[in-house]
Amino acid sequence: MTKSALVIGGGIAGIQASLDLADRDIHVYLVEKEPTIGGRMSRLDKTFPTNDCSACILSPKMADCFGHPNIDVLSYSEVKNVDGQPGDFKVKVVKKARYVDEEKCTGCGDCLQKCPQKNIPDQFEYGLTTRRAIYIPHAQAVPRVALIDPEHCKKFLEDKCGVCKKVCTRGAVDYEMKDEEMALDVGSIICATGYQTWDASISTEYGYGRFANVVSAMEFERMMCASGPDHGHLRMPSSGEDPKKIAFIQCCGSRSEKEGWKKYCSSVCCMYATKQAMITKEHADVDEDIFFMDIRSYGKEFEDYIHRAEGEYGINLHRNARVASVEEDPETKKLTLRYADSEGSPQATEYDLVVLSVGMNPQSDAEDFAKTLGIELNEHGYCKTDIFNPLETSREGVFVTGALAAPKDIPTSVAEACGSSAKAGSFIVDENFKPCEPKEYPPERDVSEEEPRVGVWVCECGINIGATVNVPTVAEYAAELPGVVHSSNSMYACAQDCLEDITATIKEKELNRVVVASCTPRTHEPLFRNACREGGLNQYLFNMANIRDQCSWIHMHEPEKATTKAKDLVRMAIAKSLLLEPLQGSKLPVTNSAAVIGCGVTGMTAALDLAAQGFEVHIIEKTDSMGGNAKNFYHKEDGKDVSEHLAEMIAKVESNPLIKVHLGTEVMDMPGYVGNFTVKTSAGDLEVGSVILAVGASPYKPTEYGYGKDEKVATALEVEKMVHDGSFNAKDVAFIQCVGSRNDEVKYCSRVCCTTALRNAIAIKEADPSANVSVFHKDIRTYGYREELYRRASELGVMFLRFPEGKMPEYDGSSVKAYDTILNMDVSVPVDCLVLSAGISPDQEEKEELAKMLKIPISKDGFYFEAHQKLRPVDFATEGVFVAGLAHWPKHIDECVAQASGAASRALTVISKEEIISEGIIASVNDDLCDGCGVCEGCCPYSAIEIVDVGDGKLRSQVNDALCKGCGSCVAACPSAAMEQKGFKNVQIQAEIDAALEE
Amino acid sequence: MSEEFDPKVIAFCCNWCSYAGADGAGVARLQMPTNFRIIRTMCSARVDPEHILSALAKGADGVIVLGCHPADCHYIGGNYRARRRMALLRFVLEEYGFDPKRLRLEWVSASEGDKFQTTMSEFIDDIKGLGPNPLKEVA
Repeated sequence: MTKSALVIGGGIAGIQASLDLADRDIHVYLVEKEPTIGGRMSRLDKTFPTNDCSACILSPKMADCFGHPNIDVLSYSEVKNVDGQPGDFKVKVVKKARYVDEEKCTGCGDCLQKCPQKNIPDQFEYGLTTRRAIYIPHAQAVPRVALIDPEHCKKFLEDKCGVCKKVCTRGAVDYEMKDEEMALDVGSIICATGYQTWDASISTEYGYGRFANVVSAMEFERMMCASGPDHGHLRMPSSGEDPKKIAFIQCCGSRSEKEGWKKYCSSVCCMYATKQAMITKEHADVDEDIFFMDIRSYGKEFEDYIHRAEGEYGINLHRNARVASVEEDPETKKLTLRYADSEGSPQATEYDLVVLSVGMNPQSDAEDFAKTLGIELNEHGYCKTDIFNPLETSREGVFVTGALAAPKDIPTSVAEACGSSAKAGSFIVDENFKPCEPKEYPPERDVSEEEPRVGVWVCECGINIGATVNVPTVAEYAAELPGVVHSSNSMYACAQDCLEDITATIKEKELNRVVVASCTPRTHEPLFRNACREGGLNQYLFNMANIRDQCSWIHMHEPEKATTKAKDLVRMAIAKSLLLEPLQGSKLPVTNSAAVIGCGVTGMTAALDLAAQGFEVHIIEKTDSMGGNAKNFYHKEDGKDVSEHLAEMIAKVESNPLIKVHLGTEVMDMPGYVGNFTVKTSAGDLEVGSVILAVGASPYKPTEYGYGKDEKVATALEVEKMVHDGSFNAKDVAFIQCVGSRNDEVKYCSRVCCTTALRNAIAIKEADPSANVSVFHKDIRTYGYREELYRRASELGVMFLRFPEGKMPEYDGSSVKAYDTILNMDVSVPVDCLVLSAGISPDQEEKEELAKMLKIPISKDGFYFEAHQKLRPVDFATEGVFVAGLAHWPKHIDECVAQASGAASRALTVISKEEIISEGIIASVNDDLCDGCGVCEGCCPYSAIEIVDVGDGKLRSQVNDALCKGCGSCVAACPSAAMEQKGFKNVQIQAEIDAALEE
Repeated sequence: MSEEFDPKVIAFCCNWCSYAGADGAGVARLQMPTNFRIIRTMCSARVDPEHILSALAKGADGVIVLGCHPADCHYIGGNYRARRRMALLRFVLEEYGFDPKRLRLEWVSASEGDKFQTTMSEFIDDIKGLGPNPLKEVA
C-alpha cells in the first residue's frame, strides 16, 4: 500500500518540506497546531540580508502549500501518538474544534465585527492589540477561516449570545463541534516544530514588562510591520509619539550562565537587530544604537550588510558592550542605559525606546513532543542530531528540520527542509509506490473570439509599495483604461484571499486577461498564473507590472513621480495584455539520473541521497581522490575522528551500485536543459536530468606574516594535524583570526575559522595546561552551540585579545603586537608558534568556467549566486541545476551535509518525473511571410531552427519546440517579420513602447 | 529646451541578468531617478532595432538596452548579437539626425544592483545633457 508522509509543523521549514515531497507526487499530511500555517516567519516584517518583505516571499509558499493537490493541511491539529516502524507508522492526530466549519467559512469577517467579546489579547500580535472571541488569526492566515476561542466566548461560558451563528450567512458556525481524532498511515515523519523566543520578563535588569518603552524584538517586528497593529507606524508604547532614539540590546537570553538564560548563541539576533535598525531608519529619522558583544555576521553577504548599516545608514554599532541596566524616568518614561563603552568607561545614555534582541529557545512543549514522537533531545532541549547526520533524529524514519534542532536562520532551515524531504521520501518510494494523480484544473475557456476583458489588481505590499506609491489612485486610474472591466487594490496580492479573489473574479466578470501590479514576475508570476488557471484562464493571459522592486523601492523619496511611474507601468502591462494569446507548453522527456560535480562530503552526501531513491548518479571529481577538504581534518566530531566518518562515507559511495565515481575527470561542457543535460567530460559524455554543483572551495593560502618562510608560522589546519599526531610542542602560541577574510580584498567572513581556532586552542591547552595560548580577533563568531568552545577556551585560560577593524596585529619573528581595544593599549606576546586562521577562498576561476556552461551567476564574493537567498537557497534561475556546500558559501560539515541533502531533494523533484512541461514562450514561424532565407537558422544558438523544403522548391523555416529556449534572437534577425516569439511578439513589445510614451 | 527637462527613457532589460539586477537594486533600496520605464525581454538579442527606432520616433529621449555580461548570456551569445546590432544601429541613428548617445548598451548581471543604479543614473544625466528628443522640438 502506498504511504503518505507526515510533516509536523507548518512554519517555513515544514511548508518547504511538504512542497518538495508533494512535487515528487508523494502525498503529505501537514499538521500544524496553530489555526494557521506560516509559523514565526509570518510574523516578521522583513528578512535579512535582502530586506525582502517576509509576507511577500512567504505568502506564495503558503498559498502553494494549501492549494497543492498532494498536501492535506491539518491546521489546529496535534500529533498525539506515533506507533509502528519506519515505512509503516500509525499516527494519531487530534484536530481541535474550531467551532467554525472550515469548508463553509469564506473568511468574510462578518462575525468578527459583531462579536461582543472584545479586548482579548491577540497572540499573533504578541498582545500588542486585541481580538474578539471569534477571530481570524491574521489577515494573511492560511486557511483564512475563523475560529472561536471558547475560553472567552459567552456562548461557551454562559450559554448566551450566539450572535456569530446568526450573522453567518454560510451557516459555518457550529457550537456543537467536537475535537476530531484521525488515524494516519505514514511511511516517514518530518518534525519541523521550530522554536519560541526567549521570555524577556526573566531579565529584571532590562525592565521588560515593567517599563512601557522596553519591547522584545518580536514585538518590535510587529510594530514595524505594515500589517501589524499600528500599520507600520512606529510609536512609543508609553505615549504613541514617534521615537527619536532607539537602543537595541543584543544577546538577551543568550550567551550567559545566568538563571533562565541560555549558554548558546542564538545565531540570528545580530543580523535581525541590524535589519530592524536599517528598516526603521528607512521610514523615520531616528538615532539608533546597537549594543553587541561580538557582531556575528558570518553568513552569505552578512558582513557587507553590517558595513552598509554602519556606513550608509549611520547606525551606531557599539562593539563589546554589554548593557548593565536600564532605568526608567517615571515622568517622561524615557530610558537610561548604563553600559561600558569600547574604552571601558561607564556611560549612561537616554533613549525613547529599547528593543531587546531576544534569543531562540526550544518550544515549551518540546519535551512532551519528543516523548510523543519517541525522539531524544540534546542538553539544550533541542532535537538531538549528529554532525554527519544533521537531519536524522534518534528514531529511524523520523527526521528533523529547522530550528527544532538548533537556533538557525531561514535559508538554513529551508535547505534542511528540502534535505529532510529527500530522506523521508526514501521510506515511501518503493516498488509499491503509486504517485499522486496530477492536479486537475478547470477546462480552459476559449477566449479567442472575445473582446479583451482585463482584470487589474494593484498591490500595496504592506507599506512596501503603499508608503511611496498612491495605490488606490493607481487602481482607479487603471479602471478607466481601455479593456479594463475590473480594478482593485489589495494589501498583499499574493495572499490566499487575493488569489481566491482573482480566481473568483475571472469567473464572475468573465475576465480574459489578468494584470497584477506588485513585485517581480521572477518570483511571483507562477503564483498568479496558477490563480488564472484555477479560474479557467490560460496562464499566459496573465501579465505583471513591477511597481515595487523597480518603482517604489528605488524611488522612496519621490512619491508623486513614483505614482506617475506606477501608472505608466500598469498602462504598459495592460496594453501588452490586450494582445496576449493563450499558449501551451510541450511535453519533454526526462533523463532519470543526475550528475554531482565534486566528490567531497557535500557531493557524496547528495549522491547517496539520490541513489537511496533508486536513481543513477555520476560523481565527477577533477582530482584523483575522494573526500575533498575533509581529508585535511584531524579533529573529532561526536566522539569520532572526522577521518573515520569520512572513510565510512567513501565506503558507502564505493559500494553503491547506482553511484559511479569518475576521478581525475574534467567537465568540458554541459549543454542541455532541465531534464536533459549532456555532461561532456574528459572521460566521455554523460546524459543526466539534473546537475548538482558541489565543487567546494579552498583554504586561503596566506601571504601574510612570513607564512611559508618562517617555520614558526602555520595555518590552523596544519596545526590541527600537528596537535593530532602529537608533534605539536610550542609553549607560546598565538592565533590571528581573519587572515584572508574581512579585509579590503576579501570582504566576507569565512564563518568557520573562529570555531577551528578555538577547537585547536582547547586541544593545545588540554594537552599542555602550561602552554600560553592567545587568540587575536575582531569578533569571536562561535554561533549556535559552538559558543561552548568559547566558554571552554576561556575556562582553560586561553587569552582573548580584540584588535580593531583595519589594524591587523604585527609579527616581528618572535612576538605578536596588537592594539587591544579592551585594554586600550598596545599588547605584545612572545610566540614560538603563530597560527594563522586562514579563511576560505572561492576558487572563482573554476566556478566561473562551470557557471558559463550552465548559465548561472556568481556572487560578488566569488561563490555561486542562488535563485533567492532566503527561500531558494540551493536553486538557480536555470532550472535543473542546484548548488550545495562550500561552492555556495563557507560552512561547517553539518551545514554542508544538510544542504547537500537539500540539493538532492530539489534534483529529485526533476529526475523522479517521466516528463516535464516546457515553457510556452518559444519562437514560431508565420509560413505566409517566411521565404526560407535562413538568417534565423544561422543565429539560433541551440540549432532549434531548420530550413526545410516544403515542396515546389519552396523553403521554410521550422522551429523544434523541444530545443527552442525562447530567447527571441531569431525574431529580431528575421528580415521579413515571419518569425515571432510567443509571449513577446513584435506587436506586444510595440504596445508596451507606445503605452510607455503616451503622455 | 525647457529649464526643467524631465526626460523619458525606455530601458530594455533581459529577463535573466539585467531585469534581475534591476530587482536587486530595489531589494537593496538603491535610489535613482524615476525617468525610465523598463520593458522586459527574455534576451537582449530579442530587442529589434525597429523597437528602438520606433521608441525614438515616438518621442523617447533615450533608449538603453541592458544585457548579461559578455560570455554570461543565458542564451549562449545573444548579448554579442545585441552588441553588433546596436553598433550598426548607431550609424543609422546618426543618419536620421539623432545623437547616437541617445542609445546605449550596457551589461548588468543579476547580482549588480549597484551597477544598475549607477548605469541608469548616468544615462539619464547624459540624456539631460543632450536635451529633449529633437523630433519633439520639431513638433
